Amino acid sequence: MSKALTAPRSAAVPAASAESRQFLTFAAGGETLALGILHVREIIEYGRVTAVPMLPAFVRGVINLRGSVVPVIDLSARLGRAPSTIGRRSCIVIVELPESDGERRELGLLVDAVSAVIDIPEIEPPPSFGARMRPDFILGMGKLDERFVVILDPTQTLSLDEMAALAGNLDAGVNGA
Amino acid sequence: MNLDLELARQTFLTESRDLLVAFEDGLLALEAAGDGVPVDAEQINAVFRAAHTIKGSAGLFGYDAIVAFTHVVENALDRVRAGTLAWTRPLGGLLLDCRDHIDALVACTAERGETPDAAMRSRDAELLAALQQILGGQPAAAAVPAGVAAAEVERCAGDCASADTWHISIRFGTNVLQNGMDPLTVLRYLGTLGRIVHVTTLLDALPEPAAFDAEHCYLGCEIDLASSEDRETIAGAFEFVRADSVVHILPPHSRLAEYVELIRSLPEDDARLGEILVAGGALTAEELDVALGRQAAADLQAPGAHRPLGELLVDQGLVAPAVVETALDKQQRARDPRSSGGEQRQLRIRADKLDELINRVGELVIASAATALLARRNKDPELHEATAALGALVEAIRDSALNLRTVPIGETFARFRRVVHDLSRELGKDIELELSGEDTELDKSVVERIADPLTHLVRNSLDHGIEPAEVRIAHGKPARGTLRLDARHDSGSIVIEVSDDGGGLNRERILERARERGLVRAGETPGDAETLKLIFEPGFSTAPAVTSLSGRGVGMDVVRRAIEALRGSIELESEPGHGTTVRIRLPLTLAIIDGFLVGVDGATYVVPLDNVVECVELAGATAREAERNGYLNLRGRVLPLLRLRAHFGLAGEPPRRENLVVVSYAGLQVGLVVDRLLGEFQTVIKPLGRLFTQVRGFSGATILGSGAVALILDVPGLIAAGQQAARSVPGLAA
Repeated sequence: MSKALTAPRSAAVPAASAESRQFLTFAAGGETLALGILHVREIIEYGRVTAVPMLPAFVRGVINLRGSVVPVIDLSARLGRAPSTIGRRSCIVIVELPESDGERRELGLLVDAVSAVIDIPEIEPPPSFGARMRPDFILGMGKLDERFVVILDPTQTLSLDEMAALAGNLDAGVNGA
Repeated sequence: MNLDLELARQTFLTESRDLLVAFEDGLLALEAAGDGVPVDAEQINAVFRAAHTIKGSAGLFGYDAIVAFTHVVENALDRVRAGTLAWTRPLGGLLLDCRDHIDALVACTAERGETPDAAMRSRDAELLAALQQILGGQPAAAAVPAGVAAAEVERCAGDCASADTWHISIRFGTNVLQNGMDPLTVLRYLGTLGRIVHVTTLLDALPEPAAFDAEHCYLGCEIDLASSEDRETIAGAFEFVRADSVVHILPPHSRLAEYVELIRSLPEDDARLGEILVAGGALTAEELDVALGRQAAADLQAPGAHRPLGELLVDQGLVAPAVVETALDKQQRARDPRSSGGEQRQLRIRADKLDELINRVGELVIASAATALLARRNKDPELHEATAALGALVEAIRDSALNLRTVPIGETFARFRRVVHDLSRELGKDIELELSGEDTELDKSVVERIADPLTHLVRNSLDHGIEPAEVRIAHGKPARGTLRLDARHDSGSIVIEVSDDGGGLNRERILERARERGLVRAGETPGDAETLKLIFEPGFSTAPAVTSLSGRGVGMDVVRRAIEALRGSIELESEPGHGTTVRIRLPLTLAIIDGFLVGVDGATYVVPLDNVVECVELAGATAREAERNGYLNLRGRVLPLLRLRAHFGLAGEPPRRENLVVVSYAGLQVGLVVDRLLGEFQTVIKPLGRLFTQVRGFSGATILGSGAVALILDVPGLIAAGQQAARSVPGLAA
């Protein structure tokens, strides 16, 4: 399943459309999480990730996505949990993020398994504390039957500026040691 | 806006910029010659042509502000050309200011589509007033380009038409309207070049109503124009329709033969055309008879064979061969005005098309390398041979593709003539600029990004480096300072040097300043090279006074970062009392490199082949020595080692036999200890992206034949990291 699912390329669809209420749910770090479908470009099988040394654990490495080099983020590690172990159902979710300079950047998210695309009609604001992750990573809490699913805010969770700064710090630390 | 018009506008922008550069070069050359020297006709002509063409093209687009201003500038230039206005330095300075203003006008009206604001208009008025004063208060329009008309029009007794009008025949191409051009606009513009005496519109090409396409143009015109402009200018009116249309331009008093040729070459009936010419006043009825009669006679002599008319005339002893040749030559020039003057034939290509080609070539290089890999694995000698041949071709294509994007650095260097000219005047110093290695070619994207750092360096040298004349004389140096820009290729990189013969860097002051800023602790004295490097620290400046040029301490830091962003490096050499040299080292291209593959702990890395000196197997006593010391005795020289496995913090045991890749950069040699050597590989550099901007040690990534990504090692970065690590070894002064 090299391309089990493809979503529209553009996230510029009006927010009120039916698509904007659709979310991809997946498992990472032992938890079910959701991400707006408009950010998801495709899902690929885990394979051939080239590790980049001297980087924090959440940077899993880089992959070749049809000729361009795309970084892969270990979502579990990024959320402050243990780094993922690769299993039979491990996937890379390719997300597309608008950048401050107007360009769009692709990023791979390593997740333990992809579940489904679902409609979440009701979204609650994030709890001010109590969630096991940074509050600014959470866009809202999706109500699914009787349970809640954390909807990630991709711009915060996958902020390149922040992650690049973290990567730089660690690099300096290694060299200084 | 219509796409084609937008394209035309882009062309106008690029051309105006080029012309403004030519304008400036010409003025600076004139200025270098000095006062009182007779003006070099070639130079002043070049300047005049540039102004003239800008005015013409701007008129086509209706940029009136540019036309009005440039017109006055052109008049002044014309009078210099005619010798009625003496060339002086103040005039040169004023014209340079005018050039800058035209540049600003182009940027304002053509690039941003705005109308000039109040500040610009007052600048306009100011410059025009200054020009008028020099022109002696004469009405600007009074100057007539006398020389041109005389040169272009060949008078020959008897055999010429008596009319003193230009005759223009145009048959618009059917695509003209679709290309966003309006024939009426062309005619209107033509009207600004002189007086249109007569126009006959030809509808002969109109098809049957059923076949008529409303988007096609079927018009043709015969125009008689009274104008004192030269042929090039008149031809310029048709610049944008020339490609599709048939345009004939006959100067006043042309030979009848030329009219004959015109009549022959046009699709309409000869007699009818003749009548049109007579009606327009281009020919008298009598002259037409003579011309047509001669044509008939010619046809009789060589029935069926279409010998060129010129040839016929020569045969008949009517015209001397030389005259025909001149005429033909002139025609040729009129058809392609840009090919004159020894300029190189060039093709404008959109940069993104070129980038796409280079990307594709990059993919081709990868695919070819993968094929070669497979062929080697299959051990089929014929296949191997075939892939080798393919590989050689791909390499050649890669080189020429990359070559498309390289430009000589001379263009960038030439820009500094103006910078040096203006700054030395502002600073009251006499400084000469020496350029060398202008032919050195490098990637266009590098050239674009090197201009700003170079400007910083040049300004620095002019302001701080070169001393005032009195000081120089007191030190026994020539009063005139010299700034030198040099470029050359050096083992896979390009080296650009900015050197001056000034006072050199003051070490004392740098140290003092560094201590003030806490960059160097009191009592500590770094080595000479380290001291000089301090000036690249952020916010560092030794200038006693902040001038408008430099001294704010932003210069060198910015320069260093700009150079490093280009994967280059910068170094300084300075001899007190004798001057300073700043040496910039840049990679030749940003797209493709020859790489050397090495394996470390299951991963593959690429070392740029340009950095690789040799490979050594680490075995036996050598390995033990390396293990113990962290350095190696390589043929009597100490070679520091960098263990990639340890440096990258990789777990796992090294293999029993490790290998050593000796790399060099900017005179430093270091041994990289790796697990395996995997051979050479041509590779396309893929950027690593913003996530990795702060990571040192990798300059990019590449895709291997297998499809996996390999990281490209940044040798300068690794060497720097190794040095840094060495400095923090316990036991050494921290």
